[in-house]
Amino acid sequence: MTLTTVPAPIPGVFYRSESPDKPPFKSEGDAVSKGDVVGLIEVMKTFTQIEAEESGHFVRYLVDDEDAVMPGQPLYELET
Amino acid sequence: MGISKILVANRGEIAVRIIRAAREMGIATAQVVSKADHEMLAARLADEKIEVGPAQASKSYLKIDAIIDAARAVGADAIHPGYGFLSENADFVDAVEAAGLTFIGPRADTIRAMGDKAAARASAAAAGIRTVPGSEGRVDAADAADLAAKLGLPLMIKAAAGGGGRGIRVANTVEELKRMMPLASAEALAAFGDGGLYVERFIERARHIEVQILGDGKDAVHVFERECSLQRRRQKVWEEAPAACLSQSVRAELCASAARLAKHVNYRGAGTLEFLYDELTGEYFFIEMNTRIQVEHPVTEMVTGIDLVKEMIRIAAGEPLSVQQDVIVLSGHAIECRINAEDPHADFRPTPGKVEELRLPEMSHVRFDTGLYPGYIVPPYYDSLLGKLIVWGETRAKALEKLRQALAVLEVGGIATTAPLHRRLALDPDVGALRVHTGWLERWLEDRPLEPAKLAS
Repeated sequence: MTLTTVPAPIPGVFYRSESPDKPPFKSEGDAVSKGDVVGLIEVMKTFTQIEAEESGHFVRYLVDDEDAVMPGQPLYELET
Repeated sequence: MGISKILVANRGEIAVRIIRAAREMGIATAQVVSKADHEMLAARLADEKIEVGPAQASKSYLKIDAIIDAARAVGADAIHPGYGFLSENADFVDAVEAAGLTFIGPRADTIRAMGDKAAARASAAAAGIRTVPGSEGRVDAADAADLAAKLGLPLMIKAAAGGGGRGIRVANTVEELKRMMPLASAEALAAFGDGGLYVERFIERARHIEVQILGDGKDAVHVFERECSLQRRRQKVWEEAPAACLSQSVRAELCASAARLAKHVNYRGAGTLEFLYDELTGEYFFIEMNTRIQVEHPVTEMVTGIDLVKEMIRIAAGEPLSVQQDVIVLSGHAIECRINAEDPHADFRPTPGKVEELRLPEMSHVRFDTGLYPGYIVPPYYDSLLGKLIVWGETRAKALEKLRQALAVLEVGGIATTAPLHRRLALDPDVGALRVHTGWLERWLEDRPLEPAKLAS
């Protein structure tokens, strides 16, 4: 078991769910498959899906919903 | 003049544009800023600035109460909404007027009737102007999938409250339609505060022609047309006035019909009727009306000499139109290039960051509308538009030559911009001959990817 910290690929505003009335993409203990959407980043009004690059189990988000993030900033933890 | 201080409820280059127009008219300005925008050019140029909320537009520039409170706090008597944000929000107009302030733009009922794209289609159809086959009104993903069977595919998904290409997607299959609608809705909600969508048949090889109109609530005139066919992901990147593909007779008919519709609805302010034009048949279809000033308004100003922003302000102050139709004449040709904070060498990845250097083309018949200055940090939260390079020539060929000269000088250092794309386009033979349509640029980009090694930003 390895704990991986996954960084933001681009700057922008991070969203944990598809819309404010939807549950977060992932919660603690959820299985994560490569390609699963774990968040959205809005940069200059364009939404980019943040997809898992490896499989594992979701541990937690490291930034709050709607927080501004910079590239390289840790977004979430994944147990692989 | 019944207006003494304008609250500028927008940001970026359009805020600068409004401040400059107001200043020339002897009107004071107050600039609203989000927490992330204190250093923007408009905030530095305005007589005063006032913070209205956090970085995210939904919590600042889109917050009606915060904008009204700001207007009261600075003692403004009018609000200019620019484009985007609250510019086509009828509830905002109601709130502005309820607060005893003047909204620089159309009446709330006009925005409701024409600003909602789905309702506008119905209005235009009722007025006898042909529209592109599409949904009757707003639709959800399930209804849209049903409609696909009736209308055929591909279908274009559009934001009901939208404009500026935001929230627009093209679906080639029913599966794509179902997958794209939630994302389009999210983009529409973020950009306009309204996630409503409608769909229409996607006409691939159409040209985008739009007619600028001005109305004072009684009379209305057209200020000729623009062609905006060069688009990427439904966002205009290059605009011209006039539309060189139109014959004199089609131009006259199209512009007259737009002015008629504007007069019919007692339009107040500056507005634009957008059409798709089929060059082969000479048919045009109404697609939507923008009840606001538009990004590409300067090309119209360059070929008519009319200052559209000043005209909006005068009309809002209760003055009649300062120009009659017979004195509005076309002179020469103008082209506008949108310079965006996007890297054309990396799939147009957004490029917020610090502008280290700025070299501007200071030439005759060249205008650069921008919010940039050296040292400015472009924030990641908003639109990627950095500035607009606008040129004028006696003929289209001369305007193109002027554009090449201006683009050769323009330099934004520190961040990648779309300027290299425009340098390529300005030299392209199809662009030179205007053999383009709304799908042309995306195909051109696929066929001729920009090569980073050959082009400096």
